Amino acid sequence: MSNKSDSNPNLISAYEIKPTSMELETVRKKLAEAKGPKYWRTLEELSDEKAFGELLEREFPRQASEWVDPLSRRSFLKLAGASMALAGLAGCGKQPLEQILPYVRQPEQLIPGKPIFYATAMPFAGYAFPLLVETHEYRPTKVEGNPEHQASLGATDLFAQASVLGLYDPDRSTTLTHMGEARTWSDFLLAMSNERDGVIPALKARQGAGLRFLTGAVSSPTFGWQMKSLQKLFPQSKWHRWDPVHRDSARAGSKLALGAYYDSQYKFEAADVVVALDADFLSGSWNPGFVRYARDFMRRRKLAPGQPEMNRFYAAESSPTTTGAKADHRLMLRHSGMEKIARALAGKVGVFVPPPQLADGGNMDREIKYSLAQAYLTLAPEQQKWVDVAAADLMQHKAKGLVVPGEFQSPAVHALAHAINAALGNVGQTVTYIDPVEVDPVEHVQSLRELVDDMNAGKVETVIIIGGDPVYNAPVDLNFEAALKRTKLNIQLSNYQNDTTDYMHWHIPETHYLESWSDARAYDGTASIIQPMIMPLYDGRSAHELLAIFTEQNDTPQTGTSAYDLVQTYWRSQHPGDDFDKWWRHAVHDGYIKDSASPARQTAVKLGALPAMAVAYVVEAGGELVEVMFRPDPTIYDGSFSNNAWLQETPKPLTRTTWDNVVMMSPAMAARMKFNQLGDNNDHQSDAQNVIEIKLGDKTVEAPFWPQPGHPDNAVTLFLGYGQKKIGRVGTDEDKKSGRGYNAYSVRSSAAQYVAAGGGIRDLHKQYSLAVTQGHFQMEGREPVKVALTLEDFRKNEYFAHEHKEEEPQDKPHDPESLYPDYRDSEKFYQDYAWGMSIDLNSCIGCQACAVACQAENNISVVGKDQVQRGREMQWIRIDAYYEGDPANPSVYFQPVNCMQCENAPCEPVCPVGATTHSTEGLNDMVYNRCVGTRYCSNNRPYKVRRFNFLLYANKFDYYDEPSLKLGRNPDVTVRTRGVMEKCTYCIQRITSARIASEKEDRKIKDGEIKTACQQVCPTEAIAFGDINNKDSNVSKIKASPRTYKLLAELNTRPRTTYVAAVRNPNPQLPQLAAPEKP
Amino acid sequence: MDGPDKLPPKGIRPPIIGPGQTFGTVTDRIAGIVLTKHTPIFWFIVVAIAASIFGMLNTAVAYLFARGTGIWGINIPVGWGFAIVNFVWWIGIGHAGTLISAILLLFKQTWRTSINRFAEAMTIFAVMQAGLFPLIHTGRPWLAAYWLFPYPNSMGVWPQFRSPLIWDVFAVSTYFTVSFLFWAIGLIPDFASMRDSAKTLVVRRIYGMLAMGWRGSARHWNRYETAYMLLAGLATPLVLSVHSVVSFDFAVSVVPGWHTTFFPPYFVAGAIYSGFAMVLILAIPFRYLYGMQDFITLRHLQNCGKLMLATGMIVAYAYMLEMFIGWYSNDKYELAMVSNRLHGPYSHFYWMLVACNIVIPQVLWFNKVRSTPWMLFCVALVVNSGMWLERFVIVVMSLQRDYLPSSWGMYWFTKWDVMIFVGTMGFFTMLFFIFIRLMPAISIFEMRTLLPQAKVKE
Repeated sequence: MSNKSDSNPNLISAYEIKPTSMELETVRKKLAEAKGPKYWRTLEELSDEKAFGELLEREFPRQASEWVDPLSRRSFLKLAGASMALAGLAGCGKQPLEQILPYVRQPEQLIPGKPIFYATAMPFAGYAFPLLVETHEYRPTKVEGNPEHQASLGATDLFAQASVLGLYDPDRSTTLTHMGEARTWSDFLLAMSNERDGVIPALKARQGAGLRFLTGAVSSPTFGWQMKSLQKLFPQSKWHRWDPVHRDSARAGSKLALGAYYDSQYKFEAADVVVALDADFLSGSWNPGFVRYARDFMRRRKLAPGQPEMNRFYAAESSPTTTGAKADHRLMLRHSGMEKIARALAGKVGVFVPPPQLADGGNMDREIKYSLAQAYLTLAPEQQKWVDVAAADLMQHKAKGLVVPGEFQSPAVHALAHAINAALGNVGQTVTYIDPVEVDPVEHVQSLRELVDDMNAGKVETVIIIGGDPVYNAPVDLNFEAALKRTKLNIQLSNYQNDTTDYMHWHIPETHYLESWSDARAYDGTASIIQPMIMPLYDGRSAHELLAIFTEQNDTPQTGTSAYDLVQTYWRSQHPGDDFDKWWRHAVHDGYIKDSASPARQTAVKLGALPAMAVAYVVEAGGELVEVMFRPDPTIYDGSFSNNAWLQETPKPLTRTTWDNVVMMSPAMAARMKFNQLGDNNDHQSDAQNVIEIKLGDKTVEAPFWPQPGHPDNAVTLFLGYGQKKIGRVGTDEDKKSGRGYNAYSVRSSAAQYVAAGGGIRDLHKQYSLAVTQGHFQMEGREPVKVALTLEDFRKNEYFAHEHKEEEPQDKPHDPESLYPDYRDSEKFYQDYAWGMSIDLNSCIGCQACAVACQAENNISVVGKDQVQRGREMQWIRIDAYYEGDPANPSVYFQPVNCMQCENAPCEPVCPVGATTHSTEGLNDMVYNRCVGTRYCSNNRPYKVRRFNFLLYANKFDYYDEPSLKLGRNPDVTVRTRGVMEKCTYCIQRITSARIASEKEDRKIKDGEIKTACQQVCPTEAIAFGDINNKDSNVSKIKASPRTYKLLAELNTRPRTTYVAAVRNPNPQLPQLAAPEKP
Repeated sequence: MDGPDKLPPKGIRPPIIGPGQTFGTVTDRIAGIVLTKHTPIFWFIVVAIAASIFGMLNTAVAYLFARGTGIWGINIPVGWGFAIVNFVWWIGIGHAGTLISAILLLFKQTWRTSINRFAEAMTIFAVMQAGLFPLIHTGRPWLAAYWLFPYPNSMGVWPQFRSPLIWDVFAVSTYFTVSFLFWAIGLIPDFASMRDSAKTLVVRRIYGMLAMGWRGSARHWNRYETAYMLLAGLATPLVLSVHSVVSFDFAVSVVPGWHTTFFPPYFVAGAIYSGFAMVLILAIPFRYLYGMQDFITLRHLQNCGKLMLATGMIVAYAYMLEMFIGWYSNDKYELAMVSNRLHGPYSHFYWMLVACNIVIPQVLWFNKVRSTPWMLFCVALVVNSGMWLERFVIVVMSLQRDYLPSSWGMYWFTKWDVMIFVGTMGFFTMLFFIFIRLMPAISIFEMRTLLPQAKVKE
């Protein structure tokens, strides 16, 4: 950094800082000229010399900056360490007097030990995700979905769950810096707005020419209002948008078909037939409304009593996702092929599809191009069949069908999907259009390109980057970092010091959403006030406060510039009435503003000429060339969660890899290219993979490949979000000393954001070790997942999950097959409550939210990549993935496995010290402080759900020992030390607190009063929990279903966790899914 | 090695004591190893190497206590690795000592006398090694060390008596106690002989104390014989019980490959098999280095070889039974266990085990092999490696792939695993050589009863 400051044009060098010769006359003159009171600190200030500003900024002369120079700091630490050691020699002095202060007056509402819940919302990819946050003594420890909000209904996704760890991340940016040196906020304010040579007055004089803002997608109304008033003040300034995972295609598609930007809103609850064109609405939060959609969709597949029908799901998919895994018919093809499927489908349902146009395909002959395009439009027989059947099904279910285009698909696919939905009368029934939730929506690539062009043209002087990391994730061909060097002043507000920070003059730490006031809109337009849970842990500022500097003097003189004032001022303008205070309190309390959802717009579809299919025929013609797809990482998204240890260690749903990203390709292609996987039996936790090189244009990236069943041939998928240069300790690869994994952005160009044609791949004959939590994806004839392959099968034999019909799912009261006395005979056992859980395999979408929620609730340690490689991951609930059938396009099944809480638990009798015991309510309890760690219970437990602290994971490495992380732990759950076995206890702390509450009121615990962390978070309500003694409880009813079965029932463990077997609903006219292989 | 090792003519078995020995020579030869001032140079070399390996053991255990069991290769699903493999292996090795001293005594197998003393020492030292592992393999050994014992406490918390690990605690500690008493009592008359032949005052005093006032009166002998027989009676069931209890650690569980009823006899046979192998591994160098061919004759070696052959056949039968029952049960998990043994990722361990424990020991059918010390020595080494592999196969291969394929995993040991395993071998060797130097490694008084002169009236 110190080098850079030398070359910074903004700073004058040290020799220029001279003591000002002051003349009394001038000073007096200045004082006389001044209007109003003018306060001055030193004569230098008064004299208003140019050098003074510099002096103030630096506060200390240049030598002082040595302290941030790493070498000097190190020598300082050495000295400090030596003196500490010597001080230690001096002997055992008295401990310094430290006062602790009890509450003299207890704050209102706060009862120590009792959590308080506040409503707020998490901004994610521009959209609000509504939350309820659990706080203990004002420390947020866990987030839940806001049950009253339509976008959540109580569930969340894994990003929201993990965001609480991000708050306490000790690697967050903690100090405001200027040229890498620590400064204060007032230093920054002074530099910006001092009257004489501040940045803002100068900009104001130029009407804001050269002032640019760069943010991600924003739906905050307050931010939008601030930006608007700012643009009034600085008419020449511009606001650019860049998110690496953006919705450009959806925007462009909506413009193509509907004439303007609209957000689609789907009503899956009304759809009998769903066709996804590469849509992964069941996979990730980058689909706005994901949580709600997953719930609506899966509610149509519960087959609960009185619900004999289920929806049918056709998915055409390129890169395999968990959405495709849930499809009744999955058609696999390359990304570029989706348009021909959409065209064919549109043609079948009676949409007029304009003929394809030809893009500029280099120097290819027009004739050849045309014939290639024609050839490409021809469907393969199985594709044709899929389209025919899906189209027929859609036609039969007019106004009850739905075609969903994928966020990453081309605008043409979006346009065609809109047209199909319109033609089938689905609009208004299963899909509605609303005005974009985002403030002032733009297409991000275009917006960023304009910014870069202006920067290169020298039109930009000041660029203010709010959030994001464009140096890392901007399209590589734009060369954002080179453009940044041409601007005069770069200011960044961001959570972390990231790759962009090195190019910034000012870096301001950003507050976490749990630390500051803001607002945002959910996918349906409902506005939420984001209220902070805690004072900023570090010296962070919110985006509102940063913008306020630019507008404060003129626009909102009276209201102050804190984020709270700004948000309140905006909403006061929206709700001008005497009852504002009441209204505001309601809005903040509820976590959303009532009736603020966007109304549906009436639109008409006009399908004009579709953009040319540039990508498609290049690959078709290219021989050895492959199509390269870019996708956000399933657990760390675009890289914004790279330093989140929970998410890094959460296995990716399909590959079960952790701590790294891989390049997916089809197993057949890997075999063809002889990219052999090392290792013989595929049981390895540490999977050494060959590293391949992916070449796109003149850029290359090296990455470990992963043969993924169900991946299309001649294509590879790269995952975004890894490979930063500068990242916190969690995201840093110990060997490389930079970000983990490979950087997919380094080959991602602006023209090919989600798919690129003509990539080359080759084997580098190197190995790279991945950390995999599951090595074996076949069921080996054991049927842990039971499934009825058709709805007919299920109707014919509802007891299909049982070999013999008499094997009732209900527990037989006195099963004699045990040597040990039956707890059920005992007077003491199972009298009051008997806790049980049911997991619906039909509903589980493998999203991993439960695993992260469990980690947050139960203080589960993170073990690190090397320990995962040794098979020591700690998550208490895991989601097993199984593949069946043809590896080219297999059936995929997910199975969440937590502790089964067996009534005949094999782990209990083998513990020599009785550390794992049976509770009177049927739980298999762990007494952590009694455990000596023989691991016998783990060996003797068929489900392998116990986790052992092989090392002191709770504060492994220096990172996890940081005090800030300890603030985030759940005080209701013990932190386990090394040598102790741990496991799921059905969130016994929640059971206990409900029991205490009920006993105080002298009543029984109500059904639904206790929700386990995994149950609460589940978007699809796959997990049910409750008292099975109560036959009216939700869980008892589900367990009474004929589909209920026990995992490994033949071992007579009598598990309390049972599964509801899956039922698929394929169309009889299409080939069916592969069944789990029978022994 | 030439003279005494020459085989007698066909049809005549080698004697159990060399020709030309008298009461005096027996005492002098055996006590001479101890009472001499001259310590052979090889003793220093061996003890120095063994002690440094013992130092490595200490280092590894200290690091283990400081960091946790995570320094080993164990994981979920393979919660037990080297530690338990080594525990079972060492316990097994101990068995031959008790069998020789107790069972062969009761069966009046007089040939046992020349090997029983150091076989008993071997038992004690092996159990010491074995006892180390269950303690250090726990996550929190400082608590395990006393929570596993039933002591009255104010919390009213007792160990869980249903757990085979608790049975282990009792079985192993009883075994150690009885073996130690048996060995110590057997030493008393010999300590008296040492006291009487000692040349310096200090040595005489020390052995005098150890001899506990033994004067060799008829009353002493009478009581001695009674006590010895009683202890032999006590120790005899232990030969069978200890390894049966150890096998319960596995047999009681639900893991395919562990959950089998024939484990107790299978384990006992295996234990005796490896124990006799260890006796040979110790006896053959010992008789060579100290010139004890007259006392530990070819007859002894032959008998050990025969016993190994017999127990080896039992073990081979057990292997076949394991496979057969796996197949016969037609249970998918048992079948998968069988196929994992034969073709799984660790199948080379299984086939090496078959080679070491079944195929190679068949050479013991040949008298030539049984009568050639170096060949026997090699076979014994092979058998002991095989027995270690057997425990590895049982422990690791069963855990590695059990019920849910999603949880299947691999186990690879670390350098710390190896250091501790090798360390116990160093510890064992060190103890054994110190024992040879300080105590009569062959029972003097019992050897004398074997002499023709001793047979007064028969």
